[in-house]
Amino acid sequence: MMAGMSASAAAIEVRGVRKSFREVRVLRGVDLEVARGSIVALLGSNGAGKTTLVRILSTLLRADEGTVRVNGFDVRTQGGDVRRSISLTGQFAAVDEILTGRENIVMMARLRRLKNPGRIADQLLRRFSLADAGGRRAGAYSGGMRRRLDIAMSLAGDPPVIFLDEPTTGLDPEGRLEVWQAIRELAAAGTTVLFTTQYLNEAEQLADRIAILHDGTIIVTGTLDELKRLRPAAKTLEDVFLDLVGGRR
Amino acid sequence: MIILLGRSLRHVLRSPDTIVTTAITPIAMMLLFVYVLGGAIRAGDGAYVDYLLPGILIVTVASGISYTAYRLFLDLRSGIFDRFQSMPIARSAVLWAHVLTSVVANLVSLVVVVLVAVVLGFRSSAGVPAWLAVAGILIFFTCALTWLAVLPGLTARTIDGASAFAYPLVFLPFVSSAFVPTGTMPGPVRAFAENQPVTSIVDTLRNLFAGQPAGSGIWTALAWCGGILIVAYVLATVAYRRRI
Repeated sequence: MMAGMSASAAAIEVRGVRKSFREVRVLRGVDLEVARGSIVALLGSNGAGKTTLVRILSTLLRADEGTVRVNGFDVRTQGGDVRRSISLTGQFAAVDEILTGRENIVMMARLRRLKNPGRIADQLLRRFSLADAGGRRAGAYSGGMRRRLDIAMSLAGDPPVIFLDEPTTGLDPEGRLEVWQAIRELAAAGTTVLFTTQYLNEAEQLADRIAILHDGTIIVTGTLDELKRLRPAAKTLEDVFLDLVGGRR
Repeated sequence: MIILLGRSLRHVLRSPDTIVTTAITPIAMMLLFVYVLGGAIRAGDGAYVDYLLPGILIVTVASGISYTAYRLFLDLRSGIFDRFQSMPIARSAVLWAHVLTSVVANLVSLVVVVLVAVVLGFRSSAGVPAWLAVAGILIFFTCALTWLAVLPGLTARTIDGASAFAYPLVFLPFVSSAFVPTGTMPGPVRAFAENQPVTSIVDTLRNLFAGQPAGSGIWTALAWCGGILIVAYVLATVAYRRRI
């Protein structure tokens, strides 16, 4: 049923989403569409509302206005179906520090009621080069390893849509490369990925399409080339971004 | 929920200090009262430790539940709470797993405290039904207080705030019949002591330990536990919904 309902629509559809916290209007009418199997970067500076949008998409927060469909399901009325379709990797590597890396993944697999959680864990540990560290407590991992474990945990059960909120924030260059590699592999396997970032080169490196969130709205979306064409004078995404964001101020 | 329960029980197993610290304060108090203060306290005919134990058990629960607030707070801050909430599992399961963990961990601490009391000379003529009743009341009481602990766990802004709420609970037994009979307290204090939840629970436990009928106090005790449970549960649910 799930596949049937969702086959035609985009993986993520956001229409006119507004969200305020008391007086602060964080999102002021966000529209966004993410095609199946694509990687989309949600680019914005600190406090642009990226995390708020991701929390709405993953049913952790309710929008004041607007509609959101994920994998064809309405986040407001079909939260359970949405949660079955997604996986969220939040801003802080949400691993259980007291459990081992392997136990963390096994727990995720069991929570998703998958068969053979142990085998799934071993496969994911191998895939993210954590096989040797699987028996150690996650609290002892380096930042890059934690993030990789974090993403591996998200992949248990192969959810069709994955949200990554600032997956490389706070990582050293090596850790960042590791995470990039992990995200590329996700997309190669056909998973839809929406990730947020404040790093322009990250969006450039990974994303099929880039959406720039600024002042609570998506001011532009497109491929890297489309964005560059939008501002012919700009040579890099950075120029485009500064131009667009600056121009709005 | 069973999986999440397994997770947090594993936390307790891997940091057994939480059980030790939960048990150590009441044990220290028990030693203090039995060997230092107890000789000067006139509380009925039997050994003072027999009089004292029910109150000590209440202190044990009160200090044990603060770990629930602590663990819940850490889950929220680390983001793992959000991760669970974005998964296809019952949303209340995350909270219930913490509450049941608290019940199990507290039971272990309670058993430890009772064993120490036996070493100190505690003897009970209670039969199996009475012991089961004692266990039932303590579990009910733990469950109610733990839901109370969920509230600071969900709303606290700092780790200290999350666990500090337990201190007044630990001291509540002092203004009750837990350590001394209420008869010698001045009017208002006595009125408070006789009408607060700890007294009815302690009196009921004491009767059960003594092999006597529990008396009408048991209904007051159960009503207090039930009342605390309902109010705390509702408040925790409201605090929880506010987050969405």
